[in-house]
Amino acid sequence: MSELTGLTLKAALDGLADKRFSSEEITTAHLSAIEAASALNAFVVNTPDKAIEMAKASDARRAKGEAGPLDGAPLGIKDLFCTEGVESTAGSMILRGFKPAYESTVTSNLWRDGAVMLGKLNMDEFAMGSSNETSAWGPVVNPWRARGGNADLTPGGSSGGSAAAVAAELCLGATATDTGGSIRQPAAFTGTVGIKPTYGRCSRWGIVAFASSLDQAGPMARTVEDTAILLRSMSGHDPKDSTSINAEVPDFASFCGKSVKGLRVGIPKEYRVDGMPPEIDALWEQGIAWLKEAGCEIVEVSLPHTKYALPAYYIVAPAEASSNLARYDGMRYGLRVEGANLADTYEKTRAEGFGAEVKRRILIGTYVLSAGYYDAYYLKALKVRRRIADDFDQAWEKVDAQLTPTAPSAAFALGEKSDDPVAMYLNDIFTVTVNLAGLPGMSVPAGVDANGLPLGLQLIGRNLDEGTLFSLGSAIEKAADFRAKPQKWW
Amino acid sequence: MAIDAATVRKVAKLARIAEPEERLEPLARELNGIMTWIEQLSEVDTDGVEPMTTSVAMSLPMRDDVVTDGGDPARVLGNAPKAARDFFIVPKVVE
Repeated sequence: MSELTGLTLKAALDGLADKRFSSEEITTAHLSAIEAASALNAFVVNTPDKAIEMAKASDARRAKGEAGPLDGAPLGIKDLFCTEGVESTAGSMILRGFKPAYESTVTSNLWRDGAVMLGKLNMDEFAMGSSNETSAWGPVVNPWRARGGNADLTPGGSSGGSAAAVAAELCLGATATDTGGSIRQPAAFTGTVGIKPTYGRCSRWGIVAFASSLDQAGPMARTVEDTAILLRSMSGHDPKDSTSINAEVPDFASFCGKSVKGLRVGIPKEYRVDGMPPEIDALWEQGIAWLKEAGCEIVEVSLPHTKYALPAYYIVAPAEASSNLARYDGMRYGLRVEGANLADTYEKTRAEGFGAEVKRRILIGTYVLSAGYYDAYYLKALKVRRRIADDFDQAWEKVDAQLTPTAPSAAFALGEKSDDPVAMYLNDIFTVTVNLAGLPGMSVPAGVDANGLPLGLQLIGRNLDEGTLFSLGSAIEKAADFRAKPQKWW
Repeated sequence: MAIDAATVRKVAKLARIAEPEERLEPLARELNGIMTWIEQLSEVDTDGVEPMTTSVAMSLPMRDDVVTDGGDPARVLGNAPKAARDFFIVPKVVE
């Protein structure tokens, strides 16, 4: 059955359309693969009965000629998405046992188009982390290992479960979310493709909130075209999210393979940071060469406030998180630890329910919003955020897209950075600017390092111009011809 | 300005997170490390810059002020740690 799990989403949809196999068959193949891969800890909830039921319903629809664009395709869902009647914990102890009474808009859109849910994917607690180690359910293990090594590596975070499941062929594609790099960095660490679309493309309704002005959902899959197919279904205006953009959703897949001749691609000089491994620099140069060969014009651009993006993010995101996570008070859902009185119950519930990193960020957020510090920190960060967005606006006068590395290193070992918050935060140095500005960004696997571990390149686009990213992304994909796969050890 | 144990105690209280006394000093050190790194923002000239609160350049959409959902207490209470007769049960607030 492994031939069915090894298919791209596109090939699987073609096979289903040609009746070469049924949804029940391809779903069963994936369920077996998941069962055999518990060592990866990618799934936190398995829903095999629901999957088979959805697959049978899909086969029935197809028999009647009523198949939708994703009909019968088995997918994994990041546990940040609320799924009706299925435990949704956002990687947190405080939500253990929480079964939403509603379905998120993004997952509703996927089911509307016929997709099948395999289960819920592990993640950093409340999407706060870059290594999956903050999950209350233990870290996901990257299916990739260094050549000749057997150390457990991080799949990245926060969408580490999504990345690992896609890389290990446990699902055809997965939903993910990205607040500071949580789709793109795990994609780079696992040799998969991930796109964070323009802020507002995908509805946030029913996605557990972390930092609402930055959070955005997007897909992860094994090819650029597969992410394009998924993004089209996930996107769309939703009146239930006041920041949802009311814009037409293009057929993103039609941009894949399109000529990129004449496109002007910017290379931001501030991304050449000190201490960047030479391999990452070489990969970036290789990416530039590939795009030149494909007919792009390469232009050096300047984003002068790049180095301030992470510190600004670590004020804005914790501030919003401290407010968003105030809802976990043990009264209406989730964990409750009884105390001597109401305030004591709140304090004990939150002390026991939240992990160390989440508490750290709530404390920072509370601090920067507290009387006397609001102007010095929070307001200052919002002004720096504007300057970062202005940098991009100026660059867009000269270029159509930008090319950068996705992450400053390949996947590192679990435990390697967990004692140093700032070192961990630096993982998002190349991705976080995009969230602050609200722009679309994509990571495409482009090569491997000396240890055989995957490395990614990031493409950044104008607002609502994901199409250009799909064209450039597929040009890089074609040139890189990335075929490496993790050696199965699990 | 450095964050000391007293500041952590106060912020934890505001955030409604119980932090044991012995955690206050280590937390102060951790938070100081992060805030010192954040201090570099003061290098940026932001005079006359409008704060950016959202990346979506549009006004908030309005809708008619009517009830669109509800009337389903069983679903609302489905995850309640404690509930009785269509109410959440919470610790006593008023003496």
